[in-house]
Amino acid sequence: MTRNSKAGLALIAPLLVLILAGFVLPIASTALKAFDNPEVSAALPRTTVALGQWDGAAPLPDAVPDAFVADLQDAMGNRAFGQMTRRLNFEESGMRSLFFKARRAAPGLERPYAQALAEVDPEWGRIETWQMLKTHSNPYTASYVLRSLDLRMEPDGTIVKVEPEQAIFVDLFIRTFAISIWVTVIAVLLGYPTAYVLSTLKGRMESLALLCVLVPFWISILVRSTAWFIILQREGPINAALQFAGLIGEPQAIIFTRPAVYIAMVHVLLPFFILPLLSVMKRIRADYVRAAASLGARPWQQFLLVYLPMTMPGVAAGALMVFMLSVGFYVTPALVGGLRDQMVSYYIAYFTNTTINLGMAAALSLLLLVMTGVLVAVAGKLMPGMGGKQGARS
Amino acid sequence: MMRAVRIFAVLVLIFLVSPILVIFPLSFSSGEVLTLPTPGWSLRWFQDFFLNERWLLATKHSVIVGLATMVVATVLGTLAAFGLYLSDFRGKKVVMAVLSLPMVVPVIVTASSMYVAFSVVGLTNSLTGLVIAHTIIAAPYVVITVLAAVQTFDMTLMRAALSLGANPVRAFIEVVMPMIMPGIVAGAVFAFATSFDELVIAIFLTGPEQFTLPRQMFAGLREMLSPTIAAAAVVMIGFSVVLLLITEYARTRGERLKQRAAGE
Repeated sequence: MTRNSKAGLALIAPLLVLILAGFVLPIASTALKAFDNPEVSAALPRTTVALGQWDGAAPLPDAVPDAFVADLQDAMGNRAFGQMTRRLNFEESGMRSLFFKARRAAPGLERPYAQALAEVDPEWGRIETWQMLKTHSNPYTASYVLRSLDLRMEPDGTIVKVEPEQAIFVDLFIRTFAISIWVTVIAVLLGYPTAYVLSTLKGRMESLALLCVLVPFWISILVRSTAWFIILQREGPINAALQFAGLIGEPQAIIFTRPAVYIAMVHVLLPFFILPLLSVMKRIRADYVRAAASLGARPWQQFLLVYLPMTMPGVAAGALMVFMLSVGFYVTPALVGGLRDQMVSYYIAYFTNTTINLGMAAALSLLLLVMTGVLVAVAGKLMPGMGGKQGARS
Repeated sequence: MMRAVRIFAVLVLIFLVSPILVIFPLSFSSGEVLTLPTPGWSLRWFQDFFLNERWLLATKHSVIVGLATMVVATVLGTLAAFGLYLSDFRGKKVVMAVLSLPMVVPVIVTASSMYVAFSVVGLTNSLTGLVIAHTIIAAPYVVITVLAAVQTFDMTLMRAALSLGANPVRAFIEVVMPMIMPGIVAGAVFAFATSFDELVIAIFLTGPEQFTLPRQMFAGLREMLSPTIAAAAVVMIGFSVVLLLITEYARTRGERLKQRAAGE
């Protein structure tokens, strides 16, 4: 290593260390948390050991209920116990009350415990209940990631679909993609002609038009979403104007609908499409199109066969940027969309802040990361050297 | 045909600026309801904003966090950019990829991961934690802008300063810095803007005691929609426009500087 390189590395080090500790480490720990499953082994240590020695097939060895009752007697007023019941209730509803019932009865139980527990609740007499407990006494689990795909693992290890009323995540991912694709398509349709006209302008007109793109680009996404939140209100300016013009009698609800999400998201993301495309269009010399015209191409041929192919790198760059950003959008849909218009990000926030199910939040984060990673890789293949210069400020 | 395309483009440009054009008159309205046409004009909502403790505190937090982020991100980002320019070692590509990761990862994933990790070390519900988080997402942009500026810098000038007896630090401050200043300023302004506008991380890392301006706006929108929010939005637009003007100034000044250097 040269002297310069050593000095250079020393200059890079502070930022590198900060990003490794404050960013890479937290993200890596999220990725691990998607598989982390500490609750049962923390709340029921003896049972976990006993379950580990059991092969999972009927009959249940007496050691397991013995250890279980001993653990229950220790688990009075224990926080780990509550966390475990919540964890198991997420896997199968009804588990929470089943465990609390057992804990209440535990001090008065007499041997043989397997029978005594079954008398507390017949569920404890079923081998499946114990198999499930065994499955989740493992410190690692695939169940969060599976659940993110509306799947779950049966105690015997087969993977099945979850009940229809719990199957929301595949729909969520499809919706996230559908919204992102529509936003991208609309941005391309609106942005392409606009960028073209912008590329033909000169002087003062060009500055003015460019300002119309740059000013919204610089204003925060929250402020722009807020503006749409206000404009699209039932009592807002759009409804007032439509009523004033006599086009509608009653104010229409625009806010909290899918069209509202499209309008606001396209508005936020359109500059990300126009700006890279514009820089490509600016570099195209008019000679090519003129040459095509002089060789007898009709206007639509000049456009379709000559101009459009030359602008495709810009279209691809801009469209990918818009798509990538919209897949991770949170603020805009959260403000102007209804519950049926929320995307993956909303549920990551929901599981992190509201229900505090960090495993689920981590699994959804992991899937969103993988999707974004694939998109970045595709972008890198399509256009080498495309850095994310007009960055993501969502 | 061309005329139709032009009209279409004008409509799209109007669509782009319309929310900004609408929010201004609403913030100066004298009415209680956010609707147009306004019943009359007044400054009461700005008064409401500037006399309300919550909004003032939030603005103060935003400015403090923005400035702190700007300083830290600019110093670390400039050093790193210069380091990348100087060095050529194996794994440099990996280092650059790591440095640009915060720009690629969806903010919601960053925010939720930081929330979990920062809570372990007591950096949630703290402005320090927010500055660290904002520095991490803003510094990569500083690296990019400064790296672009450094690459146009002629290293013989640096060598000349060194051969005339300046030590490396002095040579950097007196010779290199002035030449790459426009890049540094652009990066610094961008860092401030990134922090000042940032909401998602603030949602996760701040409690009501540390609310920033965007966070307070977000809370306000959910509680009760009052024209004060429009006034707050106009205040934020004002900040953004000032920042845009500063970068434009830095850019044109940088170009002039380069032309002069080339002319001499």
